[in-house]
Amino acid sequence: MDGFLQLDLPPILIGTLAAIACALPGNFLVLRRQALIGDAISHVVLPGIVVAFLVTGVVATWPMMLGAAGAAVVAVVLIEAVRRLGRIEPGAAMGVVFTAMFAAGVLVLEQSDTSSVHIDVEHALYGNLESLIWLSGEGWGSLLDPAALADLPPELPRMAAVAALIALLTALFWRPLKLSTFDEGFAATLGMPVRAISFGLVVTAAVAAVAAFDAVGSIIVIAMFICPPAAARLMTNRLERQVAWSVAFATLSAVLGYVLAGWGPLWLGGENAVSAAGMIATVSGAILGLACLAGPHRSRVGAVREG
Amino acid sequence: MESGFSQALLAALTLQAGYNSALVAIGAGLLGAAAGAGGTFLFLRKRALVSDAVAHATLPGIGIAFIVMVMMGGDGRSLPGLLIGSALSATLGLLLVEWIARRTRLPEDAAIGAVLSVFFGFGIVLLTVIQTMSSGRQAGLESFLLGSTAGMLYSDAITIAVGGALSVGLVVLLRRPMTMVSFDPEWAAASGVNVRGVDLAIMGLVMAVTVIGLKIVGLILIVALLIIPPVTARFWTERTERVVWIAGALGGLAGYLGAALSASAPDLPTGPIIVLVSFTLFVASLLLAPVRGVAAALWRHRRFQLDVHRRQGLLALARGEPIFDRLTLKVLLREGLLRPDRVATPDGAARAAKVLRDEKRWDVARAVYRDETISGRYDGLTSIEAVLTRDEIADLDRRLGPPVPVASSEGAA
Repeated sequence: MDGFLQLDLPPILIGTLAAIACALPGNFLVLRRQALIGDAISHVVLPGIVVAFLVTGVVATWPMMLGAAGAAVVAVVLIEAVRRLGRIEPGAAMGVVFTAMFAAGVLVLEQSDTSSVHIDVEHALYGNLESLIWLSGEGWGSLLDPAALADLPPELPRMAAVAALIALLTALFWRPLKLSTFDEGFAATLGMPVRAISFGLVVTAAVAAVAAFDAVGSIIVIAMFICPPAAARLMTNRLERQVAWSVAFATLSAVLGYVLAGWGPLWLGGENAVSAAGMIATVSGAILGLACLAGPHRSRVGAVREG
Repeated sequence: MESGFSQALLAALTLQAGYNSALVAIGAGLLGAAAGAGGTFLFLRKRALVSDAVAHATLPGIGIAFIVMVMMGGDGRSLPGLLIGSALSATLGLLLVEWIARRTRLPEDAAIGAVLSVFFGFGIVLLTVIQTMSSGRQAGLESFLLGSTAGMLYSDAITIAVGGALSVGLVVLLRRPMTMVSFDPEWAAASGVNVRGVDLAIMGLVMAVTVIGLKIVGLILIVALLIIPPVTARFWTERTERVVWIAGALGGLAGYLGAALSASAPDLPTGPIIVLVSFTLFVASLLLAPVRGVAAALWRHRRFQLDVHRRQGLLALARGEPIFDRLTLKVLLREGLLRPDRVATPDGAARAAKVLRDEKRWDVARAVYRDETISGRYDGLTSIEAVLTRDEIADLDRRLGPPVPVASSEGAA
């Protein structure tokens, strides 16, 4: 009997992979001052999965992921349309679109008969990390046993594939991404398709958000898009090191957050675990707080030293 | 069913659908008005999404307030207590956003996103703690996420209505300094306004709206009440003080109408309905507003296009050149300037001569007046009479020589 392998390793791995998948594009979003795109995407995921459920009538992973990805694309297009047609600043345009889409999602959910299936707002927010267990993992030997491996929670290979895909994309498009993030005008004069790069980045972020929300919920998605990259930004001036730091911070948040959520209350004399998703977000916030207080590159270049 | 719904809606709109839903509708209307007007100041300062961080930062405060009240032997669900807790943690979140944006090199949007997600995550942790407390199982604190007016207590409804009225009063009292500061902080400071104090009052207003709105709209959607009405109002006017009033009116309308709609049928959650009513008003304004709306822009574009084609067509007629462009032919035919056999009508010939004359006058004028103020007005559409005086045109005509007859319907064929 190995409770760790059955109950704790899968959620820790899934949480870590989700955190890394979100933190990688998050680095570029933070630098481009588009950090809140992640917030907007994770809100519109709800109408996406609700519509997918109504169309297909089943709670299946792929239709829902497609629905969520479709909703994310619709949201990005709508934000751009509102911004251009109404000549409205991007923050306000984003606020108008994602709140309206989220409200529509809640309304449709209340109106339709979804009470019989497990689809609700709380699930989309908190995710379901603790329930991703691997009953066949009865010992370390199971890691080599194909029959036992086939019983792994399907979220694990899916999240691993998405994280690998995003890491690969980041590596492949490293130069254009870096150049267009820091100096879009220069990148354009070199003939780089800066608009396509920008849109591709948002789509990648949407893929990460959609894959992660299913396993871990929206809270982690927003926190991991912003907190690890922001903390990493305060540690170094080099993008390569910043990305490495952000991956380290994301991993630390996921592992420490899960451990604190599962065992922290026991240490404090409580009996029940608390929300792992919430705790992972909290730990990432604590890391960012420390970086804000003590990060070597925390202040602006040329800023007047205060106090 | 249909008539039953409209009857219920009418009853709700006229406040006849029961005392509590009447209070909720009035409270939602007041809240919407305060949020719309207060949100305008944020929108003008381009800080609309700060309110999203404030709203999400209320959650840990709600949880802590519940735990503290239970520990002190109280009920834990008392609305004023929960609202005070939420206001305290929202203040902390707001201060953190400002601290991160000012003291570190992180931009404000990253600070907003970080505070929003971390506070919300911590709030969720507290909610799971409360669920394991013996008195916490029926706490129903989740209702603050999306708001819920079903089963609202009479005292809660009163709290919301009074809070909404107070917020509206604050906007009315401080509208002038708030407008000045959000429109032009430097000028406001030079005029002796305490900018920092007014900024704090604006944030206090946003905080008040958020906290009061928790019960009706919920903390995820309250930001919509602060953002959508000002954005909508901006389509209707270019004047700041009118944006405040229009946004207040639109927000009040959305709140009242949304609360009435949701009271008239089951499964219509109040918060989302209010947001969707507000969004409908936004879409209507985006499309139909007189100057900044999409329809008005399309109409202006079409008129410009027709002007260009008419003028170029007339010039071609005057010079005896053939016209091939479909739209040009259509414009000239429809306005009776061209006969179906593509020969100018007498009216068309006269207009063509005038346009050609105008073009020639412009040629001379651009050679004579080298300064931008006159030559720069030439765009191929503006008639020279709109730019120069009659004497100046007479002077140009002397340089041009006598008018030359233009090929008319008899000559051109």
